[in-house]
Amino acid sequence: MEFLGYFSHVFEPISLLLLVGGTIGGLILGATPGLSPTMAVALLIPFTFHLQPSQGLILLGAAYTSTVAGGAVSAILLKIPGAPANIATALDGNEMAKKGEGAKALHLAFMSSAVGGIIGVLLLIFLTPTLAKWALAFGPSHLFWIAILGVTVIGTLDSQSFVKGLLSGCIGLWLSMIGYDDIQGAERFIFTDALTGGINIIAALIGLFAIPQVLDMMSKGRSLSSMGAIEVQRQSLTASFKEMISNMRALSIGTVVGSIIGLIPGVGGQIAGLVAYDQARKFSPDKDKFGTGHPEGVIAAESANNAMVGPSLVPLLTLSIPGSPTAAVLLGGLLIHGIFPGSDLFKNHAAVAWTFIDSMLIGQVLMVIFGIYIANLAAKIAQVPRSVLAAGVFILAVFGAYSVQQSMGDVRVMIVLGVAMYFLEKFGFTAAPLVLGLILGPIAESNFLQGSLIAGAQDGAAVYFLTGTLNLFLIALVLASVGYAFWSTLMAKRQADKSEKTGKA
Amino acid sequence: MTSGSRNIQQISSATIILVIAISVAWLSYTRQPAEAFLFPRLISIVFLVLSIWNFARAALGLARVGEGVDTTSAMHITPGLVVMAVYVFWLANFLGFYVASILTFFTLLTLYDTGNRKQFSNWVTRALITVFFMAIIYGLFNYVLKVQLPRGLLI
Repeated sequence: MEFLGYFSHVFEPISLLLLVGGTIGGLILGATPGLSPTMAVALLIPFTFHLQPSQGLILLGAAYTSTVAGGAVSAILLKIPGAPANIATALDGNEMAKKGEGAKALHLAFMSSAVGGIIGVLLLIFLTPTLAKWALAFGPSHLFWIAILGVTVIGTLDSQSFVKGLLSGCIGLWLSMIGYDDIQGAERFIFTDALTGGINIIAALIGLFAIPQVLDMMSKGRSLSSMGAIEVQRQSLTASFKEMISNMRALSIGTVVGSIIGLIPGVGGQIAGLVAYDQARKFSPDKDKFGTGHPEGVIAAESANNAMVGPSLVPLLTLSIPGSPTAAVLLGGLLIHGIFPGSDLFKNHAAVAWTFIDSMLIGQVLMVIFGIYIANLAAKIAQVPRSVLAAGVFILAVFGAYSVQQSMGDVRVMIVLGVAMYFLEKFGFTAAPLVLGLILGPIAESNFLQGSLIAGAQDGAAVYFLTGTLNLFLIALVLASVGYAFWSTLMAKRQADKSEKTGKA
Repeated sequence: MTSGSRNIQQISSATIILVIAISVAWLSYTRQPAEAFLFPRLISIVFLVLSIWNFARAALGLARVGEGVDTTSAMHITPGLVVMAVYVFWLANFLGFYVASILTFFTLLTLYDTGNRKQFSNWVTRALITVFFMAIIYGLFNYVLKVQLPRGLLI
């Protein structure tokens, strides 16, 4: 119950202000189509640089939680999911809004998000310290395999093509090696002066997540105007609450599915929302009503995508393996403050870690309060023309990248990586494994070199890295993640061929 | 986009990745001291194998993931990319960060705004949006975060 002792830190004036600001800002950013939670958190990281670590993490945590929930506003009122996690919400939420039940849909979305979110954070509170203690037993060889596992898991699960997912991870690992080698001081892959200090993680995060979205908005040309939102009528909160309670089955399914999926590294909110929606429909006596504006659909999807947030941080805080792309960006936020997730986190940085986790619990409550009252405003802001968003995000990305080290070199690296990522995404590569490679590369390398030195004094590298129960278990997980991805790609191909043949027949 | 041009784009992207992987492997195995390139050597082998696999799939027409870049999208993003490059690689240092940012924001807004360019009121709206947005950015970075941004001919 150590977490109870740190709630007072969250209520310090600056921390509370950041929590409220992060929640409101996150709700608005989340409601804005085209601005993903991952990009929102990446753009916020430079601002945390000037804050104390716990305050910075409070801001990032609040933004992470509320952008996922805020995406429900545009999903319901505009039928455009604010984030991939809200795709399932749009199915029934928008139909409810069309029937004049927009306010009810929004209330249900925020309330069920909060229920799922609170249970998710409670899981984070109770699972993390236990796993962190377990992580104490890890040596360099295990940490090396864990870093590799992080890249392979997110590379294979977050990508539609497992070869391209793994290649994205390899590109990230290569980028992490650019600069001077820490031990020998040798130059490695430095092609220009801007790269002598290596690639700055924050500039890279901003470039990889923000610039492709800016270019994507630009690629639509001048054809896209603002979208019309459905007006929201007033609705009793008590009636909405009773409606949520009467749909306990959907709420439970969403929360359980979201929590489990959150614990699996690399899967993310989009899958959580869609799987929960599908399961809620299967178990519902009103299967036919799904897709026509059924409250169960909104409740299941929204409780799941927020229940995923807390558990997605469990592997991040204990093993440095992010549970979602946004968690990968949060890892960057931790590292710039000199905080390394793992066994030492709750020993050396207990106040920072627990204040961050406690703030996420309080953030869930704030998210409901502000979410319900600013939904209308958020929907109006969500109609900001794409031209303003594209120009604004680009300028903010440039200023953010510059402010980290006051270096134009970082800005140029950010732009080059961002533009390259836009084109890579067009060919099936994904940003999350690349970022993971970039972040986990130095961890993998330092443990690999440390392990090699130990191995040199013992029975050799093969014995040190490839034997022992924990090593074998981790290697099996790496192989299983690759094998599973290979198998699912094969199945998807067979399914596509079968559909093609049936279509031709 | 036709499947033929999509295949050509897949092969081109796979070739670029393969060239990068070969270069990384070559540099890792030829540069000294060897100890500094121990980890790069390990990763470059995996990188190379996956790149060859990716290239083979593209060459055999099996690469199905990724829709490629269509001509319309390319035409739309090109002016934006040029503005971004001019701003980041030249204008920011020459004119100063803030003035260059104001010009870039306004240019991007004008390029992608749906409003009629012949109407004077739309130009005024765009100018007001630019001033409002840049005033917020200036306040945030100059006063709140106290970040010293490069100054050029102007501010």
